[in-house]
Amino acid sequence: MYQYTEFDRQFVHLRAQQFRDQLERWQRGELTDEQMLPLRLQNGWYIQRYAPMARIAVPYGEISSAQLRMLAHIAREYDRPTPELLAHAQATQDQLQAAQPGLTLAAAPLKYGYGHFTTRTNVQFNWIPITRAADVMDLLASVHMHGIQTSGNTIRNINCEAYEGIAEDGIVDARPFSEILRQWSTLHPEFAFLPRKFKISFNGAAEDRAATGWYDIGLQALRNDAGETGFTVKVGGGMGRTPVIGTVVREFLPWHQLLNYIEAVIRVYNGYGRRDNKWKARIKILVKAEGQKFIDAVEAEYQAIVAQDGAPHTITQAELDRVAANFVVPALKPANLPSSVNTSGQLYQRWLQQNVRGHRLPGMRAVTLSFKRVGFAPGDADADTIDALAQLAEQFSAGEARLTHEQNLMLPWVFESDLPALYEAARKLGLAQPNIGLLTDMIACPGGDFCALANARSLPIAAAITERYQDLDEVFDLGPIDLHMSGCINSCGHHHSGHIGILGVDKDGKEWYQITLGGSDGARLSGPALAGKVVGPSFSAAEVPDVIEALLGTYRAQRKGGEFFIDTLRRVGHDPFKAAANAARHPRQAEEAVAE
Amino acid sequence: MKIIASSAVPTGAETEKVLQIANDAELADIAAGGALQGVERIELHFPKFTDGRAFSQAVLLRRRYGFAGDIRATGDVLIDQLVQMHRSGFTSAVLAEGQNPETAERQFARYSAFYQGDALQPRPLFARDSTQEAA
Repeated sequence: MYQYTEFDRQFVHLRAQQFRDQLERWQRGELTDEQMLPLRLQNGWYIQRYAPMARIAVPYGEISSAQLRMLAHIAREYDRPTPELLAHAQATQDQLQAAQPGLTLAAAPLKYGYGHFTTRTNVQFNWIPITRAADVMDLLASVHMHGIQTSGNTIRNINCEAYEGIAEDGIVDARPFSEILRQWSTLHPEFAFLPRKFKISFNGAAEDRAATGWYDIGLQALRNDAGETGFTVKVGGGMGRTPVIGTVVREFLPWHQLLNYIEAVIRVYNGYGRRDNKWKARIKILVKAEGQKFIDAVEAEYQAIVAQDGAPHTITQAELDRVAANFVVPALKPANLPSSVNTSGQLYQRWLQQNVRGHRLPGMRAVTLSFKRVGFAPGDADADTIDALAQLAEQFSAGEARLTHEQNLMLPWVFESDLPALYEAARKLGLAQPNIGLLTDMIACPGGDFCALANARSLPIAAAITERYQDLDEVFDLGPIDLHMSGCINSCGHHHSGHIGILGVDKDGKEWYQITLGGSDGARLSGPALAGKVVGPSFSAAEVPDVIEALLGTYRAQRKGGEFFIDTLRRVGHDPFKAAANAARHPRQAEEAVAE
Repeated sequence: MKIIASSAVPTGAETEKVLQIANDAELADIAAGGALQGVERIELHFPKFTDGRAFSQAVLLRRRYGFAGDIRATGDVLIDQLVQMHRSGFTSAVLAEGQNPETAERQFARYSAFYQGDALQPRPLFARDSTQEAA
């Protein structure tokens, strides 16, 4: 993985110092809340429902054991509410629950002392007091981490497909390009106050596992007929209130022009993107409104950058080589630890099938540890677990791990011969559920338990579905299903791209949930990126698990042979699924639901 | 960068030729029409400090249209955006009311260099040679 240079190291420390200075000036009243807001957002600090939330970048998902240990330390020592704050928060959540008799699901008590893995490979903490924020940034800088541009109307943390450099279907290792783009975008003076947030995703493999169609800029690596490396550039994808799939604006952009071209896209956006309405400010709206005119403007700007400005950000071969040298295969040696696993047992075999992937190197495997388990929100890892992950990565994967889009953690350098011992260790940690890609491997945002934007809670829904589908025979029989849920229309839980999507909405202070069907993130299983369609009026939380069961029952009744959920849905259409969903409404609320 | 306290803004006694360019003006048209000729100072306005259009305008005026005079930031100009203004090509800034010029000056000492090229240093860090970097 990328090793910081002295400059990089110094840079994150200086950034932490700058943030400390800003915090102190804010605390002294020299900066108003309004003036401080974008400054703290640009360092990953939100103020949430009850406490600040820190969003720490894990660029393109790569993380080392040393970094994991620091996250564990922060979770343990800093992610702690005062007893008064926790009591207040819990009481408020209890009131929310009590105000909706008959409509809710059981809600677990609020937790602290853990990190949350997000769909965009950030790690979030929910309880760090703002007075300790600067100390946390210093600690992070000491392990080459930061929260730079994990929020705000900036170029956000860069994402990659999780298997870059190890995938069997890899075309180009996109990590060096992601790192070059990370550096270029870091504290870019021109683009720190864009109309709205700006997200970029790379996919270096044949299969799109990076949801590139859903990004402000999606970059698909390819080689042209001459064997040269380049990227197909999609612009203007995004979720939110208006889901839009990105438009291809360049079929083949030579790799060395990547920065010059992206500069053109973002400059056009900075100049012409709407600033009058938050909901219309993303680049997707500009691309939709202007169509070819937007593409022409980008092309003209790009040509001007090349011809008039002298293309100053042309990536040199030397720079690509320098960065790429960080992404060579690390020194590998097997752990050779003893194990008493019954390797012919069904559970182990299922784990091999779901959680272990092929590798471009013979004898190696990529292993996903599942953070979808009973008693934990999707993607949550407490301090002890994160420490254990650091050790697992060290023992089994050359000290490297990767966060995945699906909120799990993957070990990229595992010897096939070490799989039984790794399985045993993962099982002890409760991270060996063989459910990767299956129904219970759901994506969920933190929702109304923590997030100030949320209209409804996600976690009780996720918990109820997780608990209901603990029978592995059943989950395997249901096959691959993308279940995504968001607590509000900001779509952090990517509900638009779920085969089944769940969206929290607020009505008169009560939590309701829209169900969508047929979305796709663009991966092979799901087909070209597509937004799901709403099945009808929203449901109460209590109804949602029954609706999910009804949808899955319809699939089982309608499927032919080994057909997957998404394929049955596309073949028979949404109507039988809608009918089943509506029939699952609880009688008590029938009147209320119809009245919409 | 010349930092001007809000109270110290000269009021009309100047003889400089000043051009104010709106955030939504087409720079290409202005430049092609010769309107930059003889201009000593261009003022770019920040209606809110979170409105980043003037950053791009300053970059283009410097880099593409070769404007060599003063580019001044006006409007909601706050301390924590001054460095990026400077890097985008601004050479003077009139601070919004209540901003402390001394705190403002301190911000310029923080970073020794940045990754990407800008109006002051067109080349990105990776394309600068060591002699340039020492400068």
